[in-house]
Amino acid sequence: MAKMNMLQAINEALDMAMAANDKVLCFGEDVGVFGGVFRATSNLQHKYGEDRCFNTPLVEQGIIGFANGLAAQGSVPVAEIQFADYIFPAFDQIVNEAAKFRYRSGNLFNVGNLTIRAPYGGGIAGGLYHSQSPEAYFAHTPGLKIVVPRNPHQAKGLLLASINDPNPTLFFEPKRLYRASTGEVPEGEYQLPIGEAEVLKEGTDVTVLGWGAQMEVIDKAVEMAEKEGFSCEVIDLRTILPWDVETIAESVLKTGRLVITHEAPLTGGFAGEIAATIQERCFLYLESPIARVTGMDTPFPLVLEKEHFPNHLKVFEAIRESVEF
Amino acid sequence: MTNSKPLHLHVPEPPARPGDKPSFSHLVIPEAGETRKPDVTDSESDMRDLPYGLVRVLDDNGAAIGPWDPGLSPDVLRKGLRSMLLTRVFDERLFRVHRQGKTSFYMKSTGEEAIGAAQSLALSQGDMCFPTYRVMSWLMARDYPLIDMVNQIFSNEKDPLKGRQLPILFSARDYGFYSLSGNVGSRFGHAVGWAMASAYKGDDKIALGYIGEGTTAEGDFHEALTFASVYRAPVILCVTNNQWAISSYSGIAGAEATTFAAKALAYGLPGLRVDGNDFLAVWSATKWAAERARNNLGATLIEFFTYRAAGHSTSDDPTKYRPADEAEHWPLGDPLERLKHHLISLGEWDDERHEALTDELSETVRAAVKEGEAVGTLGQSKPSVREMFEGVFAEPDWRVLEQRREVGI
Ligand SMILES: Cc1ncc(C[n+]2csc(CCOP(=O)(O)OP(=O)(O)O)c2C)c(N)n1
Repeated sequence: MAKMNMLQAINEALDMAMAANDKVLCFGEDVGVFGGVFRATSNLQHKYGEDRCFNTPLVEQGIIGFANGLAAQGSVPVAEIQFADYIFPAFDQIVNEAAKFRYRSGNLFNVGNLTIRAPYGGGIAGGLYHSQSPEAYFAHTPGLKIVVPRNPHQAKGLLLASINDPNPTLFFEPKRLYRASTGEVPEGEYQLPIGEAEVLKEGTDVTVLGWGAQMEVIDKAVEMAEKEGFSCEVIDLRTILPWDVETIAESVLKTGRLVITHEAPLTGGFAGEIAATIQERCFLYLESPIARVTGMDTPFPLVLEKEHFPNHLKVFEAIRESVEF
Repeated sequence: MTNSKPLHLHVPEPPARPGDKPSFSHLVIPEAGETRKPDVTDSESDMRDLPYGLVRVLDDNGAAIGPWDPGLSPDVLRKGLRSMLLTRVFDERLFRVHRQGKTSFYMKSTGEEAIGAAQSLALSQGDMCFPTYRVMSWLMARDYPLIDMVNQIFSNEKDPLKGRQLPILFSARDYGFYSLSGNVGSRFGHAVGWAMASAYKGDDKIALGYIGEGTTAEGDFHEALTFASVYRAPVILCVTNNQWAISSYSGIAGAEATTFAAKALAYGLPGLRVDGNDFLAVWSATKWAAERARNNLGATLIEFFTYRAAGHSTSDDPTKYRPADEAEHWPLGDPLERLKHHLISLGEWDDERHEALTDELSETVRAAVKEGEAVGTLGQSKPSVREMFEGVFAEPDWRVLEQRREVGI
């Protein structure tokens, strides 16, 4: 075990993937010598050469179009989009090309080797265009996998799994935690399962569900709630697509209550999908309405970031209201 | 207001609209043999006249002349002619089949058959083309099974793409034919990525991308050229300028201001402008660009100057926006007729053989359509509903499995 931050864990995962398979290529804006604006690809060019880790021209649709071509040919591209806010120019390549590739070609072709990494989320005074959490846009697309880690240990294991997964995978990195989150990370290669949520703490009164950076917020809220005597079951969803309905439903069948929280705006957010599905599956067991604690239905404002944010107090309030309903 | 005249907006209009006499007098068409052929190792800066020329080999008498004459054997020429003729016969037959309600959709490539056929034969096995919906002649030249095409077009039980894709949006990996999609332009950059992967592996395979002139306005075009230039990708990027993008004439895509081949210049790439109705010119330009690519000299942009003789698709009525007889006035003629004329002038072909071949191919296509009809036409035979759920992921996820169970399979 070594103590490291999330960036180091991501860097180590990329390093291992490149060492294990010379088909793995890392590229994107500024990822070469510089190692990326967050340094996630530090030293990779130095170590593996500039034909395996390199800068691309500044064009997101081009980066993913090009990555699709590489993947179709058998390479294992790990493309970086500098901020998740800037993934939208590549939306067409992701939704119309990558996601439908295997299906439309009757399995003659696939781009399953593709992984797209992008820093997401608020809390760094990023304003409208360095704060977004776009996972729900992609969750509406069959054929994609979407993974979000919460800490360095998760980041390394889930990124390695994403790179090895035979489907195009979006890997959203909570940039607020890049350096803030440190922890023990196993040495050597390991993979954490995609499509499986993780129960972090068992409880009996209410299930509290989130992903990525929001897990820290949940921890604080749950700490407060436990002091009030509410027993919380905490779950990290980890994979948005395909999401682990079993684990969530099983938990709600036990607790009878569910609080879901994410940074992205409420309307059309992924909490809506979870709430609807769990309501269908656990209808007779629900003791209170499923609560969604999310960002506001506004763009992500710069100086009003704190007010916009689904912070631990809001999550705590939702837990209390849910239990005392 | 100052004293200057009021501003006014320029909106390009084609030279002729329905009811007008077709006119191509605005086009400058160099004579066959006139455009020079540089050495592939020449520097890009020494080739900047080429995008404004027009590579042509076949003259009006059907003779092959000038530096770009590839000197092909009669067998290759006959194979080319056969591929083009097969494409045309197939198009005509399947267009009628659509009119009979046996398929939902069809697109012809009438007048553009030389491009796919010549390029398919000029490139090697293992090279990958990134097609548009209008290069079926590539598949014809590589002997893709007609029955697979017919079944795909009928979306029936034996459709190789399991009824998922619109007719003619084929995928044929073993034939060097990349998966087509509905959104135009989106695979132009894939060609560059594929080519770079080939370069990275130290392979000897190259890629060939196609885009229509209308689609050059999409960002994909710019991106592909940028990447191809930056990384010197072994790729041939082709614009098929057939003058029309559905109802928009090429002026709307920028053709009034410059040639599409000339767009290469700003990217530091060689640009060739080629008579797309001249099988020999297409072949020769492709070989030239392929040689550059295979020798690590990088990408080439080729504009194929041609004319979309048929409507855009079965959903289109071109008489609403252009003269009905415009195709007959196209100065570069018909690619099939021109190659046929050439073979005859070489003494390697004659009208009788041509007629016999036409009959043979009509019969081949008829038989394939019959075979496909026996499996089933639109709505009469379908792939298993199970196929809807396959291939979304490498392994189906729970939602897919659950929804499949809900429909009872
Ligand atoms: C992204 C996208 N926008 C619009 C369309 C609808 N569309 C299909 S073909 C076409 C015209 C393409 O013209 P061009 O590139 O000149 O090719 P051609 O059809 O002449 O071969 C359009 C607008 C589409 N399929 N995809």
